[in-house]
Amino acid sequence: MSLAQTDCKPAATGAQGRRINMIEAINEALEIMLARDPDVIVMGEDVGYFGGVFRCTAGLQEKFGKSRVFDTPISECGIVAVAVGMGAYGLRPVPEIQFADYIYPGLDQLISEAARLRYRSAGEFIAPMTVRSPFGGGIFGGQTHSQSPEAIFTHVAGLKTVIPATPHDAKGLLIAAIEDNDPVIFFEPKRIYNGPFNGYYDRPAQAWKNHPDSAVPEGYYKIPLGQARKVTEGEALTVLAYGTMVHVAEAVCREKSVDAEILDLRTLVPLDIAAIEASVEKTGRCLIVHEATRTSGFGAELSALVTERCFYHLEAPVERVTGFDTPYPHSLEWAYFPGPVRIGEALDKILQD
Amino acid sequence: MAEGPNSARGTGSNKPGLSLHVPEPKFRPGDAVDFGHVDIGAPGQLSRPDETCHPRELHEHAYGLVRVLGDDDRAHGPWDPKLDADTLRTMLANMALTRAFDERMFRGQRQGKTSFYMKCTGEEATSISAAMALAADDMVFPSYRQQGILIARGYPLIEMINQIYSNKGDKLKGRQLPIMYSSREKSFFTISGNLATQTPQAVGWAMASAIRGDSRIAATWVGEGSTAEGDFHSACTFATVYNAPVILNVVNNQWAISSFSGFAGSERTTFAARALGYGLAGLRVDGNDALACYAAERWAANRARANAGPTLIEFFTYRAEGHSTSDDPSGYRSAQERSEWPLGDPVNRLKNHLIALGEWDEDRQAEMDREAAERVRATTKEAEANGILGHGLHHPFRTMFEDVFEELPWHLKEQAEQAIKERQIKWPGSLDQ
Ligand SMILES: Cc1ncc(C[n+]2csc(CCOP(=O)(O)OP(=O)(O)O)c2C)c(N)n1
Repeated sequence: MSLAQTDCKPAATGAQGRRINMIEAINEALEIMLARDPDVIVMGEDVGYFGGVFRCTAGLQEKFGKSRVFDTPISECGIVAVAVGMGAYGLRPVPEIQFADYIYPGLDQLISEAARLRYRSAGEFIAPMTVRSPFGGGIFGGQTHSQSPEAIFTHVAGLKTVIPATPHDAKGLLIAAIEDNDPVIFFEPKRIYNGPFNGYYDRPAQAWKNHPDSAVPEGYYKIPLGQARKVTEGEALTVLAYGTMVHVAEAVCREKSVDAEILDLRTLVPLDIAAIEASVEKTGRCLIVHEATRTSGFGAELSALVTERCFYHLEAPVERVTGFDTPYPHSLEWAYFPGPVRIGEALDKILQD
Repeated sequence: MAEGPNSARGTGSNKPGLSLHVPEPKFRPGDAVDFGHVDIGAPGQLSRPDETCHPRELHEHAYGLVRVLGDDDRAHGPWDPKLDADTLRTMLANMALTRAFDERMFRGQRQGKTSFYMKCTGEEATSISAAMALAADDMVFPSYRQQGILIARGYPLIEMINQIYSNKGDKLKGRQLPIMYSSREKSFFTISGNLATQTPQAVGWAMASAIRGDSRIAATWVGEGSTAEGDFHSACTFATVYNAPVILNVVNNQWAISSFSGFAGSERTTFAARALGYGLAGLRVDGNDALACYAAERWAANRARANAGPTLIEFFTYRAEGHSTSDDPSGYRSAQERSEWPLGDPVNRLKNHLIALGEWDEDRQAEMDREAAERVRATTKEAEANGILGHGLHHPFRTMFEDVFEELPWHLKEQAEQAIKERQIKWPGSLDQ
């Protein structure tokens, strides 16, 4: 079995020695884009002077001034709406929603407005915004600091949804998202801001500096939206994951010595269907892992696609490992989280004959 | 080019270029603080109009400051609620208990007993005095910083600590983030983490009470920062349209995490003045003056109960501590602000008033503080027997699936079985309890 990650690394990774975490990678991407493009504007609750509650925008206001990087009133509806207006003028806003759990007041502006401007004006007006927001659980944040609402957005025609799993990808994908002329929802898995959490919550936390994908090139580079990343090459089954769950799935497959081919989807819409098909056709088995609730989750879409397009290659039914269909509980966080036990069981089931 | 943002700027006209105004607070870390620009008026200065007055008569009350307690520690003017000494001592005791509770719970979080805590230091009067001015069965829709209401209503401390520890004694079953209490028995609505959602809900409760010909009213609390949310504006509109028996309390503690009140629109108006535009009664009140807080809330309650309509109260106060255990305010504001706040500390001011009345002294205060700390300490020990966060003494796994719906649908039954099975794989032989 091959678990050597370096085999599959994108060519862009060339930096030697320099190791940064995901927060620093995001900060760098924003800094680069603010410097390259005077149309880029960064705004959101606490992002200005303070630099964001997770520090992703630290130092940017000082560098680029208050009319490029600024705090906003606490109104997610307003934040998205003014970003639509700025886009109509010709700017390229990068609003931050402090937690994905708080994006809902902005939904009408995202779904009915940003997502459809291009369509309803036949291209006269566009909404080239990138809405950044930390998402996902594993930090004892309770039901309003833990959700994974990506499927709400992937269901909307006209929105792109991007989720990085490493510092390297966070930087390259964010730059690509900002340059993209369509509205992009950019969800940052907050549990892996500081280290590649592998799901074994009772073991010591890891820092990014020991992970190869914390080697992030300085300067500008892009990772095109719509390209999955092959995390591991394998023959036994294909694992489709994104965000934190990439690391969890990888760790469980390693512990169980499963020869898995793990695909980090990176972009949910547009999806890298070719990479998925090629892998499932090779392995004949497919496990889908996400932290979000199960019913109508993005896993349902993936399962349907794999079944529709790879049916005659499948040797076992497609399996999904997900969060449960409950709000994210506080004290029972680890019982909720789709961790090693749930993934391990699904692996056993899908590989049984 | 239809693709790509149109970067046309500078249309070649000779009109002056525009510039964006971005609010900036007066003081940042390290700055010397002088609040001389804050106009606090004088105690006893403002009239006390009849509760059934037209909102337009409240112009001065929405821009000025209703104050009662003076620097001489005496009560002044028509807003003096003339409370008896026992009531004042109860108020003081509730405030002291709340402060002792906050201290202990904050420390508990630092010691790893739970994930999160939020203090209300410096803002005790805005919840405690206000709650004492309401009837015990008036419905309250608080934000996360009104633990003082539960304490004023005699909610057992042990229930609060069990909730904070998310332990097996937590009657909310460990589901909610610490401090997100709920008590139907105390007419205290379940707290949401999503800002301002409670404000129009309070209006709806008040409308229901009016529909039914009930005599109970509703009151809600929201931070000034959160008034930017659309929900708050829905609350104001519905309240005025239906003349709902509701009180909208805006706690202006100057800061919303790192953003000062200017980001909620305070640079050129007050929060109370918002009321006038909507056609609501509006009062701006010294939030560190327990008597003024009580008097204003009672005025608004009388108004609502007389079917004379809703009131928006701005409590002008100061968040003396960090936003929460996740926050370090030294990164964005001057540490001097707290001591320089021109309206002092609410607990000290009420204590000094009672002393000035000859109804209290420093020894009794010290004794009361000691007793409060001891009561919190003892109750904390008692709660710890039910467990602290992450140490195994939680509710059974199956409870995670209850209350999503009234009845468990098939998929949640299956998922509950899965969760229990996972427990047995991880801890062989363990039972789900
Ligand atoms: C809808 C929503 N957006 C953002 C947040 C994150 N958040 C939590 S508290 C807070 C600041 C609120 O400030 P304020 O309303 O002034 O109340 P205070 O904390 O000062 O009592 C923010 C932005 C949230 N909880 N809900």
